[in-house]
Amino acid sequence: MSLLELSGVTAAYGQTQALFGVDLALAEGEALALMGRNGMGKSTTVKAICRMLPAAGRLRFAGQDLARLPSHKAARLGIGLVPEGRRCFADLTVRENLIAAARRGHWDLARVHGLFPRLAERMGQRAATLSGGEQQMLAIGRALMTNPRLLILDEATEGLAPLIRAEIWAALGQLRREGGLSLLIVDKSLKELAGICDQAVVLSRGESVWAGAMAELGADVTEQYIGV
Amino acid sequence: MITERHLNLLILAGLILVPLWAWAADEPFTITLATRAVIFALAAAGLNIALGIGGLVSLGHAAFFGIGGYAMGILAHHAQSYTALSTWPFLIEGTKSMPVIWLVAIVTSALAALVIGLLSLRTAGVYFIMITLAFGQMFYFFTISWAAYGGEDGLSIYIRNDFPGLNTLDPIQFYGLCLAILCAVLFATARLMRAPFGLALNAARQTPARVETVGLDPTRLKLAAFVISGAITGLAGALFADLNRFVSPTMFSWQMSGELIVFIIIGGTGRLFGPVVGAATFVMLEHWLGGLSEYWLIYLGGMLLAIVLFGRGGLIGLLTRREGGA
Repeated sequence: MSLLELSGVTAAYGQTQALFGVDLALAEGEALALMGRNGMGKSTTVKAICRMLPAAGRLRFAGQDLARLPSHKAARLGIGLVPEGRRCFADLTVRENLIAAARRGHWDLARVHGLFPRLAERMGQRAATLSGGEQQMLAIGRALMTNPRLLILDEATEGLAPLIRAEIWAALGQLRREGGLSLLIVDKSLKELAGICDQAVVLSRGESVWAGAMAELGADVTEQYIGV
Repeated sequence: MITERHLNLLILAGLILVPLWAWAADEPFTITLATRAVIFALAAAGLNIALGIGGLVSLGHAAFFGIGGYAMGILAHHAQSYTALSTWPFLIEGTKSMPVIWLVAIVTSALAALVIGLLSLRTAGVYFIMITLAFGQMFYFFTISWAAYGGEDGLSIYIRNDFPGLNTLDPIQFYGLCLAILCAVLFATARLMRAPFGLALNAARQTPARVETVGLDPTRLKLAAFVISGAITGLAGALFADLNRFVSPTMFSWQMSGELIVFIIIGGTGRLFGPVVGAATFVMLEHWLGGLSEYWLIYLGGMLLAIVLFGRGGLIGLLTRREGGA
């Protein structure tokens, strides 16, 4: 049974329709790459899953219908989001960001420190004063501290220095090796995604146009729909 | 420049030493002024949880201050007149016991805050300010027309309520009691600010949408803060009524709500000791400048303007350097 299942999902920003029918399925413990060019509906799909945007169609998580749930209830089912643009709580310290919404489970401060040793050195520092890469690590750590079953990363490495990007991808690789956590990664870094994800869904003009095993993603699809 | 923690300790020392000096120098009026400042600080400390941490600009917190005051006034009035508050379905009598009065003040204020919060938190921004103001004014006009408890003239209490083991008529002992409650509330607030609830509330003030994505309900967080805040302000109202041995509809007036906000802004919004500094400054200006001119509020207005324009962290922000920065 799929942990996350989307079928014929449509969504609109006011009068402007952004999703015209997105289908995807993600099993427990799997990692899925959601790809596509800019403006094709990747972030909108993430918003629909996290209930930050009204959406129609079939949206199910862990056997429950997401369609009528408010955002916080969807998150409490076990959906952890690392939003585009990091969006940490700027006035709180690193430690406070991590414990503000923490829930009991596998992930605690010690494990997050293990994953991102940089954060351990900056626990008393306000999030607003961190570098972009550190804020991204904090955003991932904060989502992990809610002990989700599914971690969604929306453009987690966008705009970061190559060294920091490598650190983030290494951390995601470590999460994969540890197992137990499902990942839905929105990104354009095909090479890194290939090392982590089992499945891929490609979006174009608000629709899913290709879905399958990551290993089967051919050059024809990537050239036509992703632009690489 | 000193750290905020050190300044807080200095303020606490002042709160202990100044009344002790006044007691030794046989200056009971100074102790009464200090008691007034401490009770106002307690009321504003309650509001600071909703406003300072939760970002809820309530212009109706006088409602809880007044409810606490009337809880004391009504119970003490029935105790001094030996009449029952209610005979059906249960016999409810008045009381002179401070702990019982405080409990009633806290519970009634919290219940009122729950109802007002449930309705008001459906709105935000200027609408929230207006709806809380409307609730405060509803209580104000209700008590004006509540003839059974003095109506517009208010209710005089000829007794000072009792606290086990203390002579509450002795100004220094009553001051000590009020200060102990203020310290307990400030200690609890400090713990709350560092607890996940306080942090989440702080985060909800900054960005409600982001808080939702980590599984927290910002409305519920704000409602809880509003109820806690109302309960503390209600307790302050009961103490204020005991200090003056008088309650009147002015405790519910919007000016009272405005003054509580002013205390917080002067001291420093969201600062633990902000309400203490603000209330103490207000009472000192009221006493000293009020003796020079009946237009002393002009000076307070000028000070408030200067703080809003040049010192967003209030007097505490101006005197301290921020901790936990870069």
